[in-house]
Amino acid sequence: MQFSFFHLMPYSAVNLEAIKHTAWINFSNSNYDPKEGHKLYNRYLDELEFADELGFDGICVNEHHQTAYGIMPQPSLLAGALSRRTENAKICILGRALPLTENPLSIAEEYAMIDNVTGGRLIAGFVRGIGCEYHSYMVNPANSLERFHEAHDLILQAWTQPGPTAFEGKHYRFQYVNMWPRPYQEPHPPIWIPSQGSAETKDWASHPDRKYTMLMTFSPIKNVIRNMNAYAEKCEEYGYKCQPQQLGWALPLYVAETDEKAIEEAREHIQNFFNKFVLAPTEYRMPPGYSSINSYKMILENKMKFREQFLSIEMLMDNGMFICGSPSTVAEKLEEYQEAMGYGNLVIMGQFATLDHEHTKKSMQMFSEEVMPKLRHIGAPNVAAAE
Amino acid sequence: MTSHKAETIRINGCDTEFLRGGKGPTLLFLHGAGGINGWAPYLDALAQGYDVIAPSHPGFGRSEDPDWLDSVSDIAFFYLDLMESLELRDVHLVGNSLGGWIASEIVIRSDEKIKSLTLASAAGINVVGVPMGDIFMWSNEEAARKIFYDQEIANQRIAAGETMDEEQKDVQLKNYFTTGKLSWNPRFHNPDLSKWLHRIKVPTMIIWGENDEIFPTAYGEAYNALIPGSELRIIPECGHLPHQEKLEEFLDAVNSNTSKN
Repeated sequence: MQFSFFHLMPYSAVNLEAIKHTAWINFSNSNYDPKEGHKLYNRYLDELEFADELGFDGICVNEHHQTAYGIMPQPSLLAGALSRRTENAKICILGRALPLTENPLSIAEEYAMIDNVTGGRLIAGFVRGIGCEYHSYMVNPANSLERFHEAHDLILQAWTQPGPTAFEGKHYRFQYVNMWPRPYQEPHPPIWIPSQGSAETKDWASHPDRKYTMLMTFSPIKNVIRNMNAYAEKCEEYGYKCQPQQLGWALPLYVAETDEKAIEEAREHIQNFFNKFVLAPTEYRMPPGYSSINSYKMILENKMKFREQFLSIEMLMDNGMFICGSPSTVAEKLEEYQEAMGYGNLVIMGQFATLDHEHTKKSMQMFSEEVMPKLRHIGAPNVAAAE
Repeated sequence: MTSHKAETIRINGCDTEFLRGGKGPTLLFLHGAGGINGWAPYLDALAQGYDVIAPSHPGFGRSEDPDWLDSVSDIAFFYLDLMESLELRDVHLVGNSLGGWIASEIVIRSDEKIKSLTLASAAGINVVGVPMGDIFMWSNEEAARKIFYDQEIANQRIAAGETMDEEQKDVQLKNYFTTGKLSWNPRFHNPDLSKWLHRIKVPTMIIWGENDEIFPTAYGEAYNALIPGSELRIIPECGHLPHQEKLEEFLDAVNSNTSKN
């Protein structure tokens, strides 16, 4: 089992009362105080470096724009900051939003630079970007999927074909693709696809030419299990056995001395996360054309039913979107779920919303010392099958 | 109610539905983002004096969504083809919102078959410093309240929206999706259009609701300045859909324009 520590870097100093119907797009940045931001960035970088010290296999940053939910619009900058201060953990950017850029070569370049500086510790995440980003960046959501695939193909070409080559797409056209530097890892850095489980993603990511890790994020456990099993089935259809490391599970997680203490310490903050920091109306998160009409209708019915009500810590634990308890409770749950879905990459979000530095560190340390050792032996790569 | 027919025609490989009714000079009505919702009162009223043709644009209503549809320019050429196929001449072109943008794009290309142009709350140009209302951030309820000045009408539309059947919901989403595809960025305009509006020589009437929250009246004024000889009528206590909210004033403006020579 590989363990990664994932940070969203929320602006946790926010005045929660000021978040009315949204924390995204047009939630005014007059609510941001650079003096607090300065402290938070450095605190969060400390937490990521601490994760490396604790023995996490990976430390992760991600990309969101114009929101109190996360203040990493340019995650590669912080990945760069971590590159020189850590020596062991993989640097995981989960992920750059490919369709948002007019020049995907810039993403290829950023990633290649980090890969070179770290001597091959980069994990390259690619995402479409959530609906809100399309309002903030004015990219047409109707083109999101096309742009994602074209940008992906362009980046792979830049990484793997000796230049100069040309690229003639519908959205991206370049006369000379000839990237300096070339990536350190061969044939290229591992690619992870954070996903909420679309059929299209599973099909594409599991293809033998790619075998990208599908990282399930922010989904009820029933969906996670279903999607991981479906991904593994897809691999079978393609004629190979799915490796555990191709299945990743990302979720907020909190450990404390006892179950009761853990719930008490986490309650306010996990509830702030799911009820305040993620807040955005449907129209913000689902601009026209972002999903198919059928997906749109389904997502509308399911998610909005789910999100309209106040999400309590009990509900979140109940449907497996948050794991919280004593080290043995947490280890048991994770092992039980691993049996159900076979994941080999566990990505924990150890800081969430307003959870403070001391509690974050305490939980991280307890997880590293008392949970990780119990789970190391499961979900390990099957070397024989990999040949 | 005037009798009318629902027909289909295949243009450039795209099956296109249209409503047609009434007698008199030909009037081609080009709808906005909300699409054509049956033989509405404004179509019936227009049909008293015109042979009214009201298609659903490619990608809207029950018309097909063709692969070649990328831009408003594509729809403009589509309508030039449609007018040819239906053998239309001396057409009084009337466009609302997105339909007004399409109408402008048609006429700057060719006015051979066009007798007059009416733009009601038209998209198509940008007025720097005067923000448009962002319909893509509004819920259905917010949209109804902002589109109509008369909140009673808004209430009725909101109530009607809540009792839509599956097919109607599908059509509404389809219309929304195609509108987004065509209008996201540059938002609801073609930066090149304003360069060529001076080519419009047919009598042009520009109708605008004083309380339009999507394209404020400055947009009507800008169109007025860009189209030589055009007339601007601003209707008080009226939002973004003058043909639905202020039908009498709308008809008056249309008729006064179609009778010009």
